[in-house]
Amino acid sequence: MIIKQLSVFLENKTGRLNEVTQILGNAEINMSAFSVADTSEFGILRMIVSDPEKALSILKEAEFSVRLTDVICLNSPNEAGALARALNILSGESVFIEYLYAYSMDDKSANIVLKPDNIQKCIEVLQAHQMELVKASDMYKI
Amino acid sequence: MIWNEKIECASRDEMRAVQTERLIETVKRIYHNVPSYRQKMQEVGLVPDDIRSVDDLRLLPFTLKTDLRDNYPFGLFTVPMSEIVRIHASSGTTGKPTVVGYTRKDLNNWAEMVTRALCMAGVHRDDIVQVAYGYGLFTGGLGLHYGCENLGASVIPISGGNTDKQLQLMEDFGTTVIACTPSYSLHLGEELKAKGIDKNKLKLRVGIFGAEPWTENMRKEIEASLGIKAIDIYGLSEIMGPGVSCECEHQAGMHVMEDHFIPEIIDPETLQPLPAGEIGELVFTTITKEGIPLLRYRTRDLTRLNYEKCACGRTLVRMEKCKGRSDDMLIIRGVNVFPSQIETVLLEMSETSPHYLIIVEREGNLDSMKLMVEVQEQFFSDEIKQLEALRKKITHKLQSTLGISVDVKLVEPKTIERTAGKAKRVIDNRKL
Repeated sequence: MIIKQLSVFLENKTGRLNEVTQILGNAEINMSAFSVADTSEFGILRMIVSDPEKALSILKEAEFSVRLTDVICLNSPNEAGALARALNILSGESVFIEYLYAYSMDDKSANIVLKPDNIQKCIEVLQAHQMELVKASDMYKI
Repeated sequence: MIWNEKIECASRDEMRAVQTERLIETVKRIYHNVPSYRQKMQEVGLVPDDIRSVDDLRLLPFTLKTDLRDNYPFGLFTVPMSEIVRIHASSGTTGKPTVVGYTRKDLNNWAEMVTRALCMAGVHRDDIVQVAYGYGLFTGGLGLHYGCENLGASVIPISGGNTDKQLQLMEDFGTTVIACTPSYSLHLGEELKAKGIDKNKLKLRVGIFGAEPWTENMRKEIEASLGIKAIDIYGLSEIMGPGVSCECEHQAGMHVMEDHFIPEIIDPETLQPLPAGEIGELVFTTITKEGIPLLRYRTRDLTRLNYEKCACGRTLVRMEKCKGRSDDMLIIRGVNVFPSQIETVLLEMSETSPHYLIIVEREGNLDSMKLMVEVQEQFFSDEIKQLEALRKKITHKLQSTLGISVDVKLVEPKTIERTAGKAKRVIDNRKL
């Protein structure tokens, strides 16, 4: 259930994002989900890639500040109110979400990547409510 | 007016006689009262009787800023604490401040030196002196203050900062003399202009500026923007504070109060004394100080000495404006900053010290310091709020350690240039 997300520290300046994507592309690493959190001075690039360990080591080699973070991915129906239901359950159980990003798979379903404060509890709560979590191996393959 | 004509205009021979007598007495006192000095002298086989005149100065061991740190806080004091009536401190090289203590007599001597300096600058008892140096552990505020009182001038002890109030009092009280850092005086000049206050309506006529390096160009700018004569005053807390030397109205070098401190110029590499007129590191031996007398204290300031009689009539040796430093100390808004202090703060945050770069700028006329810190693994969190918290923590810690605000910027690894594996730590963009 737990997915290894790759996080990279980037300064807000031109060409940096480009460099990361090129390094990963050259190593034949595919990105299945991707998000950038930014402040006025720096940003954090977060992504789910086909081979997290390999991506980690080649980016480290290229001297990026990079780490793997545990996240989970919720597969939810692609319909109005679906995300609200999931978040409602989590807040009802006092699970705090540090950040999330989502993307539609097609018109039927969407994937939501979540970084909760307590990942085990989050998984238990969602499973107890029959929410579908994407397997890590499936996630890396997308 | 010359405050103490007898000594300030003494012949070279008379001065040498005074210095010799006081040096001999000082060396004896230090040898018998300060174990670390006694040990240093014994190591080179020196006893007090070996010092028979100022020419023997070169036999004595040097004192470094680290000696004050190693004997923190009061280890180099030669009198019991009951004799110490005031303590000042400035920032040290690694977090611990450099502490100095003054006896009643030290404070009286200091006040007299500042009074002499004020007279050199053309200040007299009818003047209203606004002391905009910080009052507190820093020697600037209180040092100037008691010199002004001793002279009989009217002191406005406003301390540093609060520019609006500075300008208001300057107008309302008819301030004639301002004492502050040169960069702050430029800031005052700009604010004056911004507020539309006509400088000709102010009564300002003299400025006494020190505690940081400044150039002849800055002098011209200050003199034009405030309509004053800008006088350079020099000092360091280890030796006394402001008033160790000061320019006269001829602005032709700073007269050293050499009946209290004997200056020498040495080659910072070989440590050998250099002939008069050559540029080297300034070294002082205090010869009247009771609280914390120092032998051959290496100031790290680079300058040269001129023993010719000045047009003002004084014979006190003159030192040129300092040309730089023989160490990596930075002076930012009058505050001494060592890169090692910053490294210490960063080391407290993680197990390994990150690469960092200090960038000093002069924006407008105020110095600012930026610190770039590479976010390496030990610092990197995947959450923005944690990185922001880290940045704030470093900022606060630096503020409390250094006493000045630092703009901290987190940057990617390898952003900071390495030369031959060793990172450059400081970029000083100030045009001095």
